[in-house]
Order: sequence, then structure tokens, then C-alpha cells
Amino acid sequence: MSTTTLDLPAADAHRAPAAGGALRRLAARPAALISAGVLALLVVAALAAPLLTALEGQDPHTYHDSLVDSARGGVPIGSFGGVSADHWLGVEPGTGRDLFARLLYGARISLLVAVGATAVQVAIGVAVGLAAGLGNRFVDSLLSRVTDVMVSLPMLVLGIALTAVVHPDFPRPLLLILIIGALGWGGTARIVRAQTLSLKRLDFVAAARLGGNGPWRVARRELLPSLAAPVITYAAILLPVNIVVEASLSFVGVGVKPPTPSWGQMLSNAQTWFRADPMYVLLPAGLLFVTVLAFTVLGDAVRTALDPREASRLRIGTRKERRKTSS
Amino acid sequence: MTRFVVKRLGGAVFVLLVLSALVYGLFYLAPSDPARLACGERCSPAQIAQVREQLGLDESVLTQYAQFLQGVFTGRDYSTGVSTLRCDAPCLGFSYQSDQQVTELILDRLPATASLALGAMVIWLTVGVGTGALSALRRGGLTERALTVATLAATGTPVFILGLLMLMVVCAYLQWLPFPTYVPLGEDPEQWAWNMLLPWLTLGFFESAKYARLTRASTLETLAEDHIRTFRAYGVGERAIVGRHALRGAVPPVIALSALDLGTMFGGAVLTESLFGIPGLGKTLIDGVRVIDLPVVVGVVLVIGAAVVLANVVADLLYAAADRRVVLS
Repeated sequence: MSTTTLDLPAADAHRAPAAGGALRRLAARPAALISAGVLALLVVAALAAPLLTALEGQDPHTYHDSLVDSARGGVPIGSFGGVSADHWLGVEPGTGRDLFARLLYGARISLLVAVGATAVQVAIGVAVGLAAGLGNRFVDSLLSRVTDVMVSLPMLVLGIALTAVVHPDFPRPLLLILIIGALGWGGTARIVRAQTLSLKRLDFVAAARLGGNGPWRVARRELLPSLAAPVITYAAILLPVNIVVEASLSFVGVGVKPPTPSWGQMLSNAQTWFRADPMYVLLPAGLLFVTVLAFTVLGDAVRTALDPREASRLRIGTRKERRKTSS
Repeated sequence: MTRFVVKRLGGAVFVLLVLSALVYGLFYLAPSDPARLACGERCSPAQIAQVREQLGLDESVLTQYAQFLQGVFTGRDYSTGVSTLRCDAPCLGFSYQSDQQVTELILDRLPATASLALGAMVIWLTVGVGTGALSALRRGGLTERALTVATLAATGTPVFILGLLMLMVVCAYLQWLPFPTYVPLGEDPEQWAWNMLLPWLTLGFFESAKYARLTRASTLETLAEDHIRTFRAYGVGERAIVGRHALRGAVPPVIALSALDLGTMFGGAVLTESLFGIPGLGKTLIDGVRVIDLPVVVGVVLVIGAAVVLANVVADLLYAAADRRVVLS
């Protein structure tokens, strides 16, 4: 039994209109546009983190003892968690480290791990799915069983357990990418297998096979282009999930190691500062929430935009476009 | 039916064997030295060697795994140097770091996890299903819009964001509830419920979004069926149609998903337990990872895996029991 039913673009996506049509449909949704804008801003800010923090004149690691009130347990001095011209979003309670810088550098970790993990998941998923879809019955049933197990196992639990296996000196972001990537490829594999099976029956694939092409050539030349739409769609769904997994691992203390900042870790520390410094809770929580929400909305829009059935539907496009077609 | 159960349980055992072999193998390859960790910081090399022999760590990985499996099915003996320790089946190992049998440790932590999961289920079955039914009744209304927004916000965002906000508002600012500290049910039922209230609400509300969406979708699906049209033709009111007839369509999926979720949660609602400091399975896992107590980690992962795999079988059975049209094969 599958617990989630995903409405993914069908295997006949190779008949989808040119990418321009998909982009236009994407742009016609205000929620998608806003999400894309928010994410673009976040990505640029994360990439330019050293530049932006230099502009602020701060860095994420310097302690500022003078900015926290040691008599009151280290609460930042000043309103809103110590917001000032020097510290745009205030400072961290206890240490006085600059919050703006820490949030930005945290965004780098979050995006790096999520994008990296998604790439690993997609790579493994496509390979396994193609092999299952093109292989003989034995290969297919073996790989499908393995995929079923991967999908049903609780990722967070195994992820936490696996961090105990690796040498402490192993670079932590890379470890997170590998762990999340190795555990979360089941969904992609399922979709790629299903699409491969239905594509295999179509004439153009049969023609390529009859033309004497080997299975790998057929997979690369004929199948992969048609698989692009469903795989991109699914990757867009995976990305916010991976952001949450990284934040969760950091939250329970097995993510990136301090002093490297990460949102999940900040939220974990924030628990002792609810009353004294609410900004320290609200800033990372809000940032994580907005990021995940924007990715989710955008992923949903990508799914709709890449869906060939969507293009043929009458009620699609902007109001102006619809009027044009009806007149 | 019986064939189905036997087949699925056989599959479940196979999956667990593979999982245990993988987990065991991975941990055997791990760079940390379990003997050193078990012995403590100030152990001499001779003492470490002694512990290694006691733990059976000088054996090959296959022998160790075979011993582990033997422990699970028939129990085994551990030597602590001065005395031997009997570990009855199902023996999941012995934690030298906490000087406790892993099975005992897990059984010790299970009530906390169970209290959290069952309480949360009550909430998602009432609040979640209720909201879903209401939005199916008032299609296009405010409930439906609120539901769409809530579902969107809840899908994806981690449960600890909701939990942190709840703690901040309810405990720190309004001070309606104390910051939760776990009190066992057997010790003081009133304090137990009082302290579990916020974790229940957090996890329950978080899951409710999913159940509301599921209920709404299944109810709407039933509403489109022919027999509902007949009810309408007979002049049955909309409330009775939704409440008495259409809502039935939501029963099988809600039951099946509940079983699945409950299984996952018995495996530890890791984040909720970690946030509220509930000493359940999830917290045991995290603590085990922190001190690299590998026997505990292996044991907890296997128990969680077993819970999830079993829940899958149970969910399928319940679905078939609730919906006669489904034929198990």
C-alpha cells in the first residue's frame, strides 16, 4: 500500500510543449512568483554571505561579551535582541555573536546540504529506477523490494543512528549530504521505474531498440530526456523535505558541529531563551518556515507547470490568455 | 487472508534480518572502538583488551552477528569480568556504558513514547477528522480556506517549530502550563496528563493537518458516488449525507494511516521527544548516539524498524477489514 499518492506528470511528458510554455504557466501563478523571488533572494544572500557580513562589518564567530548582560545570564543589551546599526538582527544571547551573520551562514549550510542531498537522491534513484525498469524480472523484483524497504524505513531515525558510525573528523556537511542522499532515494526510484516501464512500451523506444541500440544507449538517448520532467518535479518536492531533515538532525544535535552555525542548531539553543530573548527563537524559526514554505509552493507550481495534461486544460493560463483563446 | 498474513509477516522478518545485518555491519566497521568507549577514559591498554575479549569484539563480524541473532531468539550470556550476566530472549545486547541490558532499557522507555503517541492520536482523530468533515460539509467556505492554509504550512515544516512556538506562548508568556517534565503515568496520573498536554497538542495538531486533508478528500470522493445522489433525491439533508454516509468513505484510509503513523511514532517521535524532554525511544536513540553507545543504537534502530514494518502489515489488514471491497492477495 502506498501512503502518498503523487500526481506526477505522466510518462507521455515527451509530448509536452516546449519549456517556454511551462515557464509561462509557472509565471502566471502569483504564489509561485513570490516564492521564487523569496528563494532567489535567499540563495543570493547565502552565496554572498561573506560579502554581506563584511558590509555589516561582522562575522559569525566573534564573541562580543560587551553586548550581553552577564548579570542577567547573558541577555543581549538593547531592544529586539540587541538590534543596532552594527548588528542588524541583534546578537546571540550568551555569546554576543552577530545573528545576521550566523543566520546567513546557516542558510549556506541548509541550502548546501539540501541541494547536495537531493542530487545524490536523484542520482541513485534514477540509476536504480532505470535498472529496475529495464532489467529482467529478477533484477526488477530485487530492486523493487529494496526500494520498498527504503521508502518505509524512518529516515530521521536511521540518519541519527548513522551519524554515530562515522569518524568525528569527517567533514560534517558532506556526511549529512551522503546520509540523507543514501536514505532518501526510494521515491525517485519508484517513479523512474514506473515511468520507464510505461515508456518502454512506446513506439519510439521500440524503434530505437530495433535499430540495434544497446540498453544503455536507449536509456541515455531515448528514456532520460523523457524522464526529465517527472524527475525535476520530484526533486522540487524533495528539496524542502531535505532542508527539514538537515534542520531536524541539527536540532537534535547530530548535524553540523559548532561553531558552524545552522538553523536547527540555533533553534535547539533557543529553548532556554524564550522569555529573555524571543527574537533568538523567532528569527531562525521564521526563516526556516518561510524557506520550506516557499520551496513547497514552488515545487507544487513546478509540478503543475510541467504536467502536460495541465497544458491542454482549458482553464489554464492568465485571464488575458484565456480571453484571447475564447474570442 | 491467512496466506496474506503469513506472506507479509515472512517479508517483515526478512526485512528486519537485512536491516539488522546492515546496521550491525556498519557499526562493526565504525572507527570508534566500542571496547575503549565501554571501558571509559582512564583505561589501560590491558584493561581495554580484557573488555574487548569480554564483549566478544575479538571475534569476526560474522560470529558476532550470529551471537547477536542467537541472543535475540534464545538469549545469551555476557561476562562482566567478575560474574556472568544472563540476558534472556529477546536479548538486544548489553550496554556497558550504562551498565544495562538494551532490552530492559527499551522496555523502560516505551511507556513514555506510548503515552505521547496515543495521546496525539486522540487529537488527530478528533481535531483532524473533525476539521476535514466540516470542510467537506461547507465546501468553499472559510473552514476550507483555513484548512488549505494550515495544511500547506504544516506539510514540510518541522514539528519543532510549532512546538517551540507553543512552549513560548503557552509556557513562557501566558504561563498557563508549566514547562513539561515527564512524570510516569503510574506515579501520578494527574501530573502525567498535565505535563503531557503540550506535547500531545503539538504532535496532535501537527498530524491533524494531514488527517483533515485525507478526510476531506475521501469524503468528497464518496460524495460524488451514485448512492449519495439517490440519498439527495430522497431529500436527505446535507448534514446527514456528509455525517452519516459520505464520511464513511474516510474511515478505511484514516484507520490505515493511523496505524502507520502510530507505528512510526512508537519508533519514536524523535523531534517531539527531544524538544519536550520526554524520555522515550527517540530520546534514547539520540542519547545513545551522543555517547556512541552502539549496542543501544543498534537495539533502538531494530525495535523502531520492527514497529514500522509491523505497522505496514497491520495498516493493510485494517484497511481490508474496514473496506470490504479490498481483496488481500
